[in-house]
Formats: sequence, C-alpha cells, structure tokens
Amino acid sequence: MLSFMSSLIQGISLGSVYAIIALGYTMVYGIAKMLNFAHGDVIMVGAYVSFCATQYWGMPPLVSVVISMLVCTMLGVIIERLAYKPLRQATSLAVLITAIGMSYLLQNLALLIWGANPKVFTSIVPFGALKLFDGQLMITGETMVTMVCCIIIMVALTVFTGKTKMGKAMRAVSEDKGAAQLMGINVNLTISITFAIGSALAAIAGVLLCSAYPTLMPTTGAMPGIKAFTAAVFGGIGSIPGAMLGGILLGIIEILGKTYISTELGDALVFAVLIVVLLVKPTGLLGKKVHEKV
Amino acid sequence: MKNKKLINNLITYGIVILAFVLCKVAIANGDMTRSLKGQLIPICCWIVMAVSLNLVVGISGELSLGHAGFMSVGAFTGIIASQWMLASGVEDKMVCLIVALVVGGVFAALAGIIIGIPVLRLSGDYLAIVTLAFGEIIRNVLNCVYVSVDAGALHVGFLNPSLPGKLILNGPNGATGVTKLATFEAGFVLVLITLFIVLNLINSRSGRAIMAVRDNRIAAESSGINVTKYRMMAFVISAGLAGLAGALYGLNFSSIVAGKFKFDQSILVLVFVVLGGIGSIRGSVIAAAALTVLPELLRGIGDYRMLIYAVVLIAVMLITNNAKLKTWLDSLKKANKKTDGKAGAQA
Repeated sequence: MLSFMSSLIQGISLGSVYAIIALGYTMVYGIAKMLNFAHGDVIMVGAYVSFCATQYWGMPPLVSVVISMLVCTMLGVIIERLAYKPLRQATSLAVLITAIGMSYLLQNLALLIWGANPKVFTSIVPFGALKLFDGQLMITGETMVTMVCCIIIMVALTVFTGKTKMGKAMRAVSEDKGAAQLMGINVNLTISITFAIGSALAAIAGVLLCSAYPTLMPTTGAMPGIKAFTAAVFGGIGSIPGAMLGGILLGIIEILGKTYISTELGDALVFAVLIVVLLVKPTGLLGKKVHEKV
Repeated sequence: MKNKKLINNLITYGIVILAFVLCKVAIANGDMTRSLKGQLIPICCWIVMAVSLNLVVGISGELSLGHAGFMSVGAFTGIIASQWMLASGVEDKMVCLIVALVVGGVFAALAGIIIGIPVLRLSGDYLAIVTLAFGEIIRNVLNCVYVSVDAGALHVGFLNPSLPGKLILNGPNGATGVTKLATFEAGFVLVLITLFIVLNLINSRSGRAIMAVRDNRIAAESSGINVTKYRMMAFVISAGLAGLAGALYGLNFSSIVAGKFKFDQSILVLVFVVLGGIGSIRGSVIAAAALTVLPELLRGIGDYRMLIYAVVLIAVMLITNNAKLKTWLDSLKKANKKTDGKAGAQA
C-alpha cells in the first residue's frame, strides 16, 4: 500500500511537470491553432540556461529561474515572429513541418553550444525530503515544489484569462480571429503574448523537470514535450483545467505503468492512452465539441 | 496531357536506371570509395522510404510522423523470415531475400491497416501526433519481443522469456548475427518497383480520387468518393513500401536494434520529401539520394548536418508559402505563357 502511495505521489509530481508544459501547448494551440512542436525544446533551453546561471555564473537558484524564464520568453516570441507569423495563412501541414524544423534547430543548436555529453543538473530545491510513516513514505522537496508551482500557475492563468483585458482578448482571438480583429484587438500582439507566457512556463517546467530527473541533454525536452502534448489532448486541447487534469493523470499512468507493468512499456502505455482518448472522445476530457462547418 | 505525364515518368525511371548504370561502371573501374559503396543499399532504402512517404504527405495530404515505425516492422519481420529460412536449410540466398522482402512488406502493410483504421478517423495535427505515437509504440513493443529458432521451429516470447535454440531477436539488444543478404541490384529493382507502383497509382482513377480527397474532403465526399477507402489505400500502400525498404535495410547489417528506427528517422525521410518537393516523386528520389551521399562526401559538415537540415526545412516552408513570392512566380508563369502564345500565333 505504501509503495503504491509513493508511486502515486511520484506520478502526481511528474504529472505536474507535464501539466505545466501542457498549459503552454494548450494556450498556443487554442489561439494560434497550431501544434508548436518546438515547445518541448524550449523546456530544454530553459533548463540549460538555469544550469549555466548556477554553475558557471554562480547565481542563486531562484535568480537562475528568473533568467531562464526571461531567455525562454524572448526565444518563444522570436520563434513565433520568424517562423510562424509568416505562415498564418498557410496550410496546417506547412506550419507543422516548420515547427518540427524549429524543434530540430533548437536541439542541434544546443548540441553545438553545450555538447552531447549529459550535464548533471543540481536541484534548485534547497530543502530535503519529507518522511512519513517512519521513513517508509518519502515526499521529496522537488515533488512538493512542483505541485505547489503547478497549482499556483493554474490559478494565476485561470484568473488571467478570465479577468484581465489581455486574457479576454486571448479568449476572443481563440474564438474567432477575424471578429476579434474587427473589435479592435491586436491579434499579432495577443499571439505573441501567448507564446511569451507559454515559453516562460516551459522554462519553469524545464527547471522543475531537471531538478527531479537530473540528466540534461539536448534531447531532454523532446519526449516530455510530446507527452505533454498528449496530456493537453487528453484533457481537451484549448482548456486550461483540462491540460492540468490531463497532465496529472498521464503522469500517474506513466509511473504506475512503469512500476506495475513493465519499465520498457511505460512510454507505449502513455501513447496508447492518447490513441484511445482520441478515438473515444476526440475533444478530450474537458474539451468543447466543435462542429465541422462546410 | 497524357503524353506529357508519360514522358515525365519515363524521365524519372531514366534517371534511376542511369544512376544505377553509372554506379555499376564506377564499381567495375574501381572509382568508388569503400564508404560510398557501403552507402549504396541504404540509398536505395531511403529512396523507397521517401517515395512512399511522399505518397502519404504529398498525394494524400496527411502528415505521417511514424514512417520509421513501418520500416522497423519490415526490417524485423524480414530478418526473422530470412534467418528462419536459412536455419531451416534453404540454400538459395536469392529466394531468402525475396521472401524476406515480401514478408517485411506484407507485415508492414498489415501494421498499416491496423494503425490506419483508428488513425484515419482523424486529420491534420491530430493525425500527425497519433502516427508519431504509433511509431513510438512500435519501437517500444519491438524492444520487448524475443524470437528464437530451434530445430526449424520458431519460438516467440514477450518480456524476458527463456527461449530454446539460437536467438534471432533479443529484445532491446535487437537482431544480432544476421546473415547479410541485401544486394545493390535488389535495391535497384526495389526502387524501380516502388516507382512503378506509386507512379501508376498517382495516374490512375484511384490516384485522382486520393488527390481529390486531399484538395477538398467534403467536395470529394459529395461527389461520391469513398474518403476512408482512398485515404486508407494510400496509407497502407505507403506502409507496405516502407516495410519493403525496411527489410532490405535490416538485411544490410549484421546486427540492428529497434532504437535505430527512432522518430529522428521519420523526420529525416520527411526532410527528403519536403526538400525534393511535396508531391514530386522524382524530387523525392533525387533528394533522398543526394542527402544520403552528401554527408559522406563533405565530412567536415558532419556536426552541422542536422542543423542545416533544420534550417533548410524551415526555409523551404517559409519560401514556398510566401504570398509575395507566389504572386511573383504566378505572374512570371503568366508572362511566359503569353509569350508562348504569341510565338505560336506568329508561327
């Protein structure tokens, strides 16, 4: 029972990271209607920046997180301006291929800058594990910080999209770009800000992910990125609570699958969930049903 | 119009045959380096992969990111079939190779049907991500499969069983001790067969139906085209051809692991297709061959290879979708046509 509990907690922790990444995916997909494949690699860049800030420039961990958020925000906005903005009117195939190209570009740039050797990331969490039941159940500091971050981010985003002017503009753009523009909303600015928020979240996710799983490589972000997209689809793409729910459920499924079924088949299980969800309920758990118009 | 297409296709076949003859002459004269010679069979495999992916991406208009998955199915079933036959005492290597290719192609096509049924209910980004997911699932599952041959009987196990006899497929360690059967000639024939199948399909009634579905699904459906059938046709044929390529590829190495057919490989094939021109079969052939040979010739750029691919991928997409450039090209074409017409009138 206790071992099940500890797997469950581990799953929720991993799921919280997925959820933070998935929030970035879901916001960008909701507004720009595009799958930002490079999102996973922004995570990796965020982790590397934080790594460099603490290891080479001797900055305190919290400052390094802020720096990596700033760098990723700029990176996200630049990517959007250079690669995605010229393709607003293009087919989804063209946009998707560009996004894949961007993902490879980031990975290979990281490979050139930081090399292929994995770096050992030192956790940014200053305190140790919480021991319950005479040390039989351990909750690591990283787990607690990740969960708290995840909840704060979700509440903040819900308030932001629901109450602020920019948040309302975002929802308007995601509903109907043309109509939003006619109402005087600056569509390009709104999309840029969405990318900025998504990328800043990716930086946080990168630091948290590497604090829990400390190997940092240029390909670190690729798999979590794809899984987080799976989580976003699972929860219903475009929905913020959906991304949260999907992320946490997926994390739990992955860890429980790895513990109780097979380590090798853990990833396969996650993707099988995606396929089943898309077939049974294509709009995801909390997604809205959209009718196809002719 | 029909004649033009025929000539176009003949040029494609001609290029392939000419390249084959040139390679043969170069080998006979000893002009070809060892490393380049080693690349000949993989080049054939990548050409087949690129052409088959182009059938899905260019002709059917769906982005499939799991093409390497079908290749791995073909590779491993082909290896199992050929090694089983060799262990059972079949002497003729040619027969073994042909059977291995057929088995690889058939199993990959079966995988295509199984995957196609759920996948083709989706479209666009969702379809792409699900094919990616399937590619990863295939790789994960292949990592858990164990196959051995004992006294002519085939034993299959899943997740660390103890199997009698000689192991052909050893879970995450992949296939080891494979007798290499692939030949350059077989690769050449495979490329020709692939071109024949794909080019004929494109210029047939079915091919036009597939393209109609790509261009406007709803309009095609209301014209009485069975959308699912034609999308499925393109997807399964593409998977089967990828399986053929995979079987040949697998039999070119003495050992191979499922990890070799990662997501990166699917992207690599996609780069071939995009660079050669989406929908252009001849372009795919040339791009696949050129991009496989180039890194061999330009050793210095090895580290920058994938970086350059990524930049090229983005640049091609941005340029081909640039509205200003498009109108400029169109006006150029129109001007060309006008002068053509004038010249015709004068004559």
